[in-house]
Amino acid sequence: MSNRHLSTQFDAELSGISTRVLEMGGMVESQVARAVRALTEFDSELAADVLSLEERVNATEIEIDSDLSSIIARRQPTARDLRLLIAISKTIANLERVGDEAARIARTVQRLVDSGVSSRMRLPVSDLVYESELAVGQLRKALDAFARLDVDRAVEVLRRDDLIDREFEGLLRKLITFMMEDARTISSSIDLIFVAKAIERVGDHAKNLAEQTIYIVKGTDVRHNPVGTVESMVR
Amino acid sequence: MDTRVQPPRVAAATGTRPKLSVRDLSFHYGSFCALRNITLDIPEHRVTAFIGPSGCGKSTLLRTFNRMFELYPDQRAEGQVLLDGEDILNSREDVSLIRARVGMVFQKPTPFPMSIYDNVAFGVRLFESLPRIEMDERVEWALKKAALWNEVKDKLTQSGSGLSGGQQQRLCIARGIAIKPEVLLLDEPCSALDPISTGKIEELIHELKTEYTVVIVTHNMQQAARASDYTAYMYLGDLIEFGPTNDVFMRPTQQATEDYITGRFG
Repeated sequence: MSNRHLSTQFDAELSGISTRVLEMGGMVESQVARAVRALTEFDSELAADVLSLEERVNATEIEIDSDLSSIIARRQPTARDLRLLIAISKTIANLERVGDEAARIARTVQRLVDSGVSSRMRLPVSDLVYESELAVGQLRKALDAFARLDVDRAVEVLRRDDLIDREFEGLLRKLITFMMEDARTISSSIDLIFVAKAIERVGDHAKNLAEQTIYIVKGTDVRHNPVGTVESMVR
Repeated sequence: MDTRVQPPRVAAATGTRPKLSVRDLSFHYGSFCALRNITLDIPEHRVTAFIGPSGCGKSTLLRTFNRMFELYPDQRAEGQVLLDGEDILNSREDVSLIRARVGMVFQKPTPFPMSIYDNVAFGVRLFESLPRIEMDERVEWALKKAALWNEVKDKLTQSGSGLSGGQQQRLCIARGIAIKPEVLLLDEPCSALDPISTGKIEELIHELKTEYTVVIVTHNMQQAARASDYTAYMYLGDLIEFGPTNDVFMRPTQQATEDYITGRFG
């Protein structure tokens, strides 16, 4: 059977809105990566760049939302088309929050730089880099799964989520040790804990995205289930 | 490609008694096969909608439910249509008694060339001889049920054909329910109506299902989505999918259904 609508205009609208979601995804993905680089390089200007992107991300969310309403009002979509639009509505809310997390990291970097903390304090920022690579990788994979409507890839994102959680817990233990050994690191260690938490949340948002992709393709709402259950639900 | 599936036995799944049970029904116009081995249960006191492209057999199926097809030559039905467990296709019962139990409203409003009152009383007079006062009550009851009473109560003696299209269709529904059938068949009841009249009829369908089993054939998918509890999708004489309307419109099990309801059919 055909994969195209009788109305080519409707096809164009759906593919247009999906493309915008991916654009927004790309924007917040680079925001997170840049925010983490700003941290490792103690680069206040790069942090400012991240913050300046926030407005664009927010504006994109509002535009996509308004397009969603108009497609729903004009086309009265059903089945897969309806699921796609509902999932997009949730996906962009998640992406916007990823942007918020990146901004949170950027603001922390600015505070650290302003307070005169330098890379010489040997804070475990490289561990944060690893955690952020995992999180950005998850986000990219979730966006990729959305773009290809690939359930296997989406399930893989769910499966890998606890890697980030474990990395976060490890970092937490390490920073606690730092603080116990040298009280002067307490303030900046707490900042890093918040950064690590922000990165961990990016991973959670990636997971939410993956769950929405499964909903689009399978019509099954897999949220709040352990990954093992999800695997049997989508089989 | 054989896309036929075993339709789910909805009655069993919902705990609702089947009012009409179709068993292995095939239908021919001369040598043309219009329905192939249809099996499904239409639950009592629910609205069941049939959707599908023109020529898929949905109206033909509807016409077997009260043997309306027998009015035309060279048409034959094989299989069973059970009304409360009794086969009406092979019944020796007078067909007009079956039609008194299974009423029908057509695509175009068909008011008889008589007064509004007589339009509604016409069918009743065929089956019952009511005293004047009871007949008045029955006519009022039917017109109220059809949400038409307030608009016509002061002009009951005027001709039915003077009403608007939407009013005429509600008049036909009033005529259909005046004889108190058990099943009401609606064949594209809103296709000639404006959105407001359509809304009124859909509201009426919703009210009617507490007392009647309603079966509606419609080209308007949104109407099936709005007004029905169960939806059947038919294509080229086959029943492709049958299930709760929510499931059919949110996540149909058959690709062919999905293609049709999302407008990918071509």
